[in-house]
Amino acid sequence: MKLVIVDYGSGNLRSVQRSFERAGFSSSITRDPNVVEEATHLVVPGVGAFSDCMENLEKLQLLEPIRSFIKADKPYLGICLGLQILFSEGTEFGSKHGLGILPGQVVRFPKNDLKVPHMGWNQIQIQKKIPLLKGIPNGAYFYFVHSYYGKPTESDCIATTTDYGLAFPSAVSHGRLFACQFHPEKSQEIGRQLLENFANL
Amino acid sequence: MLAKRIIPCLDVKSGRVVKGVSFVNLKDAGDPVEVAKNYEAQGADELCFLDITASSDEREILLDIVRHTADEVSMPVTVGGGVRKVEDVQLLLSAGADKVAVNTAAITRPEFVYEASRQFGSSTIVVAIDAKRSKDKANHWEVYTHGGRNATGIDAIAWAVKMEDCGAGEILLTSMDQDGQTTGYDLELTRAVCEGVHIPVIASGGVGTLEHLYEGLTIGLADAVLAASIFHYQTYGIHEAKAYLAKRGVPVRL
Repeated sequence: MKLVIVDYGSGNLRSVQRSFERAGFSSSITRDPNVVEEATHLVVPGVGAFSDCMENLEKLQLLEPIRSFIKADKPYLGICLGLQILFSEGTEFGSKHGLGILPGQVVRFPKNDLKVPHMGWNQIQIQKKIPLLKGIPNGAYFYFVHSYYGKPTESDCIATTTDYGLAFPSAVSHGRLFACQFHPEKSQEIGRQLLENFANL
Repeated sequence: MLAKRIIPCLDVKSGRVVKGVSFVNLKDAGDPVEVAKNYEAQGADELCFLDITASSDEREILLDIVRHTADEVSMPVTVGGGVRKVEDVQLLLSAGADKVAVNTAAITRPEFVYEASRQFGSSTIVVAIDAKRSKDKANHWEVYTHGGRNATGIDAIAWAVKMEDCGAGEILLTSMDQDGQTTGYDLELTRAVCEGVHIPVIASGGVGTLEHLYEGLTIGLADAVLAASIFHYQTYGIHEAKAYLAKRGVPVRL
């Protein structure tokens, strides 16, 4: 297998690589479109802003390889921004087109009494059984840090939801495309389990 | 439900963990990477490193500790102390820090917080506020810098609000009156700041008992509580603290 983590200048990817290592899988970090094309498993992590992320992927000519990877239904794991860019449209720092794999928008948490960013450990409610969640119980805690979330037009892609003022989709799936808003690489043992499940696909 | 976070803090000097009483009388006790791993095993939700020397020639030592820690634990790590420039933030994030705490630099140049949060994302920028209760005015706190030595004349609550506007993703609030006193957080200060901002607030300074953690999260309304001594000297274990909080109805991750 070729487990590849996409580097588009969005912070520290070492923790993702190290978490896979701990689960017993070696991976490479790349910004080379050719390496992305040859991957068997692709991970797109990321922190930061939606628009910056799309711009960087475009600049590095990574958008097309990522899109065709997903179209071929090869195992894709999006983390945080790697989930958000799957949607048609982001609204952070002005409207910006995403990959458009999943119809829907990326929206900010509504302004109310709750703190934004949504930061810390929160629970997942499993909405559909997917291989990524094998061995992970309903109500398990994962680490979140984000102000925006993906809101799909069709609910059938929602794998888990999480309550933060409202029940937002915290993981989505479509075929062998998986993405989570939380950070498995920061979620200790339960996160390691999820990454192991992905690498075993 | 979002859990309240328990964050052990490691005060680091010359690559070693120390814990002082009111920032003096430092005792040396431990290798930071080993302590970090131990805290993870105990169920810590996050870690915080505060470099209390933060002289530029020891920067490489700190970066090395951050690198090793990030390799060994999988939970968020905040690093603070001596962060002056955007490049300092960049270096710490590249070394594996998830968040960087900024204190004095924000006072000297508030735009720094705006620039750093725009470049690296709000969620990576924590503004650390050291506040001291005013002797003349009731319910008024002043911001201090340089480990509590220099008064700035700035109102702590107004400052927290301004930092949120500048793009800070979180506030790390330390009561300089309570720090090292083990008599509990300054609950009025904590509550006033928590009510004033819409970003998460970490309460710090003064924990001596588990009851203090409970008070900080409930009366103080803090989103997270930070403590150094009680965990470092193993007065209480982190799991023990969480079990206590859970029993008292506080949502925690057990």
